[in-house]
Amino acid sequence: MVSGRSDTLKMPKAIKLLIAGGFGVGKTTMVGAVSEIRPLRTEETLTNLSVGVDDLSGVEAKATTTVAMDFGRISIGQDFVLYLFGTPGQERFWFVWDELARGALGAVVLADTRRLADCFPSVDYFERRGTPFVVAVNCFDGAPVFDLDEVKLALNLGQDVPILLCDARKRESGKEVLIALVKHAYGRRPTAAAH
Amino acid sequence: MNLDWSPDEERLLDAPTIRPYVIARGRTEAQDRFDLISLAVTIRPTTGAEIGLDPEHQAIVRLCRRAMSVAEIAAHLDLPAGIVRVLLGDLFDRGFVAVQQPQPEMDVLDERMYKAVLDGLRAL
Repeated sequence: MVSGRSDTLKMPKAIKLLIAGGFGVGKTTMVGAVSEIRPLRTEETLTNLSVGVDDLSGVEAKATTTVAMDFGRISIGQDFVLYLFGTPGQERFWFVWDELARGALGAVVLADTRRLADCFPSVDYFERRGTPFVVAVNCFDGAPVFDLDEVKLALNLGQDVPILLCDARKRESGKEVLIALVKHAYGRRPTAAAH
Repeated sequence: MNLDWSPDEERLLDAPTIRPYVIARGRTEAQDRFDLISLAVTIRPTTGAEIGLDPEHQAIVRLCRRAMSVAEIAAHLDLPAGIVRVLLGDLFDRGFVAVQQPQPEMDVLDERMYKAVLDGLRAL
C-alpha cells in the first residue's frame, strides 16, 4: 500500500527480522556482519508505561523511557529490503519487543553456551508470541563446545525449531543463519501447516 | 515541592530529551501512525519558503530522495523515532512525502516473496 499523492511510485517492500539474545551475545556484531550499511542506532521514546516495571509508588506522572536499538539493512534487488533489528538486551525493555515483533518475518535468538540462560527470555517470548525463530549458538573463542542436541534439550526447544552454530563476526555465517530463518518461517506459514 | 533532587530526576531534564519535543511542538499523537520500517520517499521537494516547516522537516525531505525507513531517518538525523513519526506525519499531510506501510503481518500466501528473499540472501 502506497499512501500519498502519487500512485505510480515503485517502492520496495520492507521486511523486518529480529536478532535477539542476552546482553553482549553479539547481536550488533551479527547485524554489522550481514548489513550493507554500518549498523545504525535508533532510539524509541516510550511513554505511558505504567505497567509496574519499576516501583515508583505515588508517582502518577507519565514515565518516559528511551531504548536504543541497533539495526542494519540488506537490499534484495529493487523489490525488497530487509531490516535487521537487534532487540534491546535488558529484560525490562520487553514492551518494546511487541512493537518490534509486530509484522516481523522471524527472529534469530543468539545464544552463548557460557551463559545459556541469558537467551531463555527471548525463546520464551517468541514461543509465546508465535513468531518463527531459529537459535544460533555463537561460537566464542574459549567457550565450551556442546553438542547442538544438548543445547536444544537445555533450551527445551520444540522439535521443529532449527538450531545451528554460527560466528556472529562472519558475513557468510550470518547469511546461513538468516537463510535458515527464512526457510523456517516459510515452512511455518499458516497455509503451509494446513496442507 | 520536593527539593531533594536525585541525579536520576536530574537526568529527566536533559536537554537532548526535551529538544525533540520542542521540534514536534509537544505532539506525540502521531506516534502510532508509522512503523519503524515504514518507508518514506520524497514526492515534492521543498523550496525552503514553506511556512511551518522546520529545518528538521527540510532535512527529512532531502534525506528521502531515496526511500528510507523511519528507523533510518531517525538514526541519520539523530532524533528519536517518535519525533520522526510526528515530523513525517506533517510532511505526509502536506504532500511532500509518500509513505509505504509494511503489511501488518507478512503476507503468508506470498510464496514469491520468500523465494525472492532466499535467492537474494544466497546471492549476497
